[in-house]
Amino acid sequence: MPPVDFFTVAGAGGTYPRPFSSSFFSMPANRFNGFTEYGVGIGLRVPHYQHILARKPVVDWFEVISENYMIDGGRPLQVLDQILDQYRVVQHGVSMYFGSAEKLNREHLRRLKALVKRTKTPWLSDHLCWGSVDGRYTHDLLPMPYTFEAARITAAKIRQVQDFVEVPVAVENVSSYAEFHLSEMTEWEFLNEVAEQADCGILLDVNNIYVSSRNHNFDPYDYVNSVPAERVAQIHIAGHSKYQKYILDTHDHPVIDPVWKLYARALQRVGPTATLLEWDDNIPSFDEVHGEALKANRFLTAAAAAPLAQAI
Amino acid sequence: MKLVTLQRRMARAVMTPLTRQERMRPRTAAGGSMRAEAAAFIKPNDRLTAFERLEIYNRQYWFRLLSSMIEDFAGLQAVLGSERFERLCYAYFVDCPSRSFTLRNLGAQLTAWLQKHPRWLGTQPTLALDMCRLEWAHIEAFDGPEAPALAPEDLAEPGSPDFRLYLQPHLQLLSLQYPVDDLALAINDSAGDNSAAASNAVGERRKRRRVQTVARMPPRPIFLAVYRLDNSVYYRRLQCEEYALLRAVRRGLPLARCLASAFRGSAMPPEDRPAAIEEWFHTLSRLGLFCRQPEESDLRS
Repeated sequence: MPPVDFFTVAGAGGTYPRPFSSSFFSMPANRFNGFTEYGVGIGLRVPHYQHILARKPVVDWFEVISENYMIDGGRPLQVLDQILDQYRVVQHGVSMYFGSAEKLNREHLRRLKALVKRTKTPWLSDHLCWGSVDGRYTHDLLPMPYTFEAARITAAKIRQVQDFVEVPVAVENVSSYAEFHLSEMTEWEFLNEVAEQADCGILLDVNNIYVSSRNHNFDPYDYVNSVPAERVAQIHIAGHSKYQKYILDTHDHPVIDPVWKLYARALQRVGPTATLLEWDDNIPSFDEVHGEALKANRFLTAAAAAPLAQAI
Repeated sequence: MKLVTLQRRMARAVMTPLTRQERMRPRTAAGGSMRAEAAAFIKPNDRLTAFERLEIYNRQYWFRLLSSMIEDFAGLQAVLGSERFERLCYAYFVDCPSRSFTLRNLGAQLTAWLQKHPRWLGTQPTLALDMCRLEWAHIEAFDGPEAPALAPEDLAEPGSPDFRLYLQPHLQLLSLQYPVDDLALAINDSAGDNSAAASNAVGERRKRRRVQTVARMPPRPIFLAVYRLDNSVYYRRLQCEEYALLRAVRRGLPLARCLASAFRGSAMPPEDRPAAIEEWFHTLSRLGLFCRQPEESDLRS
């Protein structure tokens, strides 16, 4: 397969409300990041449908969960089409399970491709995890063993998906609560190995890095400093829940300061990058979610003005 | 250990039902120690044992499935009660783990599974099964395919002996024994009433009263169309002849045979039938429930 070039499929076109000046970002940051001007997006969630359709708030872009719209008809698709008329949309999947040892699900791929044609998403993302085995689905983002065998299987499947859907794929690091005896490398080494073998982009979730760093006792900056900056296509930020002995990635709180700092460090290395706030549970008003997301603009502006930093 | 072996072992543990206290079971399905099983492939850390780390995923799996089922089958939960419904879900997913990438299809096998395992249907098995069928039909109607509506030019040869009509793929036809359509709407209303002023307990009592009222009714045939119009799902009661007609249309029979099927054994006086047929066709056409022949791909769901 020829290498996928984000530039060739970039640009949703049209005129969109853009409160964030795109003049800062005339140059793409890297081969996988042709969307430096995308600004700050939020997830499209059911409780906000009415507000968005009625008030038409200015939002840089919406991230949609692909699986919510991989259906045959009905209201979700009607709402999606109305959103597509007015906003830029990027697809994010939760069940491709690149890391599952079994083959890709053809029905899933067929429906995903149909949705890609509908949304014209410039790239799509899913998680670096597994979730199904022998055709049985857990509907969870289960952690990978960081082995060379797993990297080879995962990368091959990412390539198959990119070939089939014909848009670039970015893989997202997940939060995890368990580590395996089997692992032969660190999580960030595994991410790099997979991204290199698949020649794909990375959706860097800095909240997930923070959560996993606390659960597995590593320095989150080691992770951020090791990720190949030239492959980061998008960044996720989110809140989480702290329990006595571990942290859960619940997406139901504002972003905490240590995660904002990690985000700032990622931007220093990667440059301005499409950023999305995830808020999926106990969802507050649209304005509250959007207001939290727009805090990212401060960091994006600073990153645009500064030269890229090297890994330490 | 190969990747696939690790994933099989972990999935087996994650999909093991929780204890009544919503914790991971101490024994595996095969009777072994779950602690030993977890320790075989998961590392402990300075705060959690391998068992405790695996338990996080075990609990997440069941909480996600149960909350999806409660959302999709709120009526069945009200009929059975929360505890019995939860136990039913555990048994169902042990027998029928999800084989779809989407949570939307979690309940796809539930009606058939309940018919094979009626002991999970509680003290009102027919009512419970009717509710389950209605709630799955609702899901199918909500986001099922929609084919182009029938246009006048599609009716070029309605007099032909082979002339056939087609129904919207999202239209679901149900033959029931209890008015679960009314009950489902009442249960939804009760859920909506759960404001700060009305506690969950009050809402639950209200639901239980409504279920008991319906359960006391004698069973009687009820025919229902569940369909989508302007992206909302509607329930419409059908006369038994209209239901038989639509079932025959759905089976792909020529229109003349559909009409014959509709009145087989019917008590409707022959002189009333032409007016009834006219009214059914008028209503069904107005609702857009006749369509052009659906594509093969439209029929997969």
